[in-house]
Amino acid sequence: MMDIVLVVLVFVVASVAGYLLISRVPQQLHTPLMSMTNAISGVTIIGAVLLFSLDGDVFSLVLGGAAVVLAAFNLVGGFAITNRMLAMFRTKDRDAG
Amino acid sequence: MTNWGGLVAEFGIILILIFGISRFRTPREGRFGNLIAALALGLALALVVRRHHLTGLGVLVPVAVVGTVLGWLVAERVSMIRIPSLVAIQNGAGGLASFLVSFVELVRGAGQLSPAVQVFGFFGLAVGVATFSGSMVAAGKLDNRIRQTPVVLPRHGTILTALAVGIFLSAVMAGVSSGSAWLIFLLCLSAFSLAAGVVFSIRIGGADMPVLISFLNSGSGLAAALCGVVIGNRLLVACGATVAVSGFILTQVMCRAMNRNLLSVFTGIKLKHAPSVVPAESTLPPGATADLAAAADSGAASDSALSSDEVVDPLVCATEIIREAQSVIIIPGYGMALAHAAPDVVALGSRLEEMGKNVRYAVHPVAGRMPGHMHVLLAEAEVDYSKLHEMSVINPLFAETDVALVVGACDVVNPAAAETEDTPISGMPILLAGEARHVVVINLDDKPGYSGVPNTLYRNPNTVMLLGDAKERLKQLSASLE
Repeated sequence: MMDIVLVVLVFVVASVAGYLLISRVPQQLHTPLMSMTNAISGVTIIGAVLLFSLDGDVFSLVLGGAAVVLAAFNLVGGFAITNRMLAMFRTKDRDAG
Repeated sequence: MTNWGGLVAEFGIILILIFGISRFRTPREGRFGNLIAALALGLALALVVRRHHLTGLGVLVPVAVVGTVLGWLVAERVSMIRIPSLVAIQNGAGGLASFLVSFVELVRGAGQLSPAVQVFGFFGLAVGVATFSGSMVAAGKLDNRIRQTPVVLPRHGTILTALAVGIFLSAVMAGVSSGSAWLIFLLCLSAFSLAAGVVFSIRIGGADMPVLISFLNSGSGLAAALCGVVIGNRLLVACGATVAVSGFILTQVMCRAMNRNLLSVFTGIKLKHAPSVVPAESTLPPGATADLAAAADSGAASDSALSSDEVVDPLVCATEIIREAQSVIIIPGYGMALAHAAPDVVALGSRLEEMGKNVRYAVHPVAGRMPGHMHVLLAEAEVDYSKLHEMSVINPLFAETDVALVVGACDVVNPAAAETEDTPISGMPILLAGEARHVVVINLDDKPGYSGVPNTLYRNPNTVMLLGDAKERLKQLSASLE
């Protein structure tokens, strides 16, 4: 099992990195940013897929399957909508795409 | 377990992810960053698949395809005004997925988990499922399926506290039990958390939705990170933690923009102030009442009943003001989005530019239903985004501007935020539209905005009110400018 110290360390590093990164994002990109970080939280698909690496009893397979559908929906949908949004931002001189 | 190669690969993936997020400086780079972040998660998934022998592929592959196709289809089709509710739904899906994974792991690991992992696991269950139910309520509100205004139950705070105690006690009981009692207490904990998510979210509404959405976003990241602790996957912990932290920072940014603290948004302290606002209207100084009447006259001049004097049609008046103006600042609000008038606003803006005027847009940080929502709506209407300005940049420029054109915004330009105390918007920084030489307001009505505070800007002698459907009014304005 994972070392708790490591977990705490990861949180601290993520907090510092997150603060440095997020506080510099301009306001006009807050919605795309949120939509992308939302997509990243679909990373839980890793956990869902891992449920399939164990001796597959029905209980794990059913809940694991549901988790995979949900996480994939979150992950793929999140990145897709972020991409769609950002593609719409244009200036007169040049297209953002 | 120490596998240096694996550790380096994981670290590399995190660096790629952070690089992706760091590209969010301009829209063009942001799009690149989004793809980079997607790549990082693809690599993370590939690493997991490569490391572990997966069974049950007959189930795994089809369900993964179903989720992918659904997610993609919905994302391609949804309209931009519904982005906040889609984000809430996706968020809920992520939270529920984390909950399910943690739940399976806790049930399977009964009796073999270290106390620390158990604590993280219980916490993960609660956060995951509460994020799910809270997000569903938020999505319902944003989609207008649930009443948008805050719903306060009798003894709301007490109910929430009782649920929190229930969650805590279930966790303690689960911690000291085994066998079927373990499962039962885990289910109790989940049920209490599910209810807590609903009770928590339902009290928040309207202008506070941006705060709720980013807070829930943070919750789904935290649920993923805790889930990572339970299944012992470092990548999951790191990615989840990054989302949790960034969501929380955005939540703080939103709160600061409204001059509120998180606690008052979530505990409804504001609601205690709300009733005091209503009598405030009737206790206006006499002068103000007269002004109000005057403003109402000019606003409702299309009513024939008021045609006694030489009351000018506000449309004619507004047209004249705008025609004379050298510089115009357009202030869009959520009312513009509701009236589907963004394309008309941008069309008018372009027309004014062709007439040789300096046109800029001022966007308040909490305009729309999630942070930055207004920018996306305007981008969809093909505005030149270099003309969009944030509050701190544009506010000093109002004093030297000829016309501030307010479209469907109310609270964010209400001088009462600075002038009065004890209202829901007191202390909220506003766009200083009133400092412009003239103000033209296009709004459905001259009633108070969401906050319930009457807008003193509407009574200014230099304000022209164009009431009615924003789309119609903008079309008329464009036509009469020709």
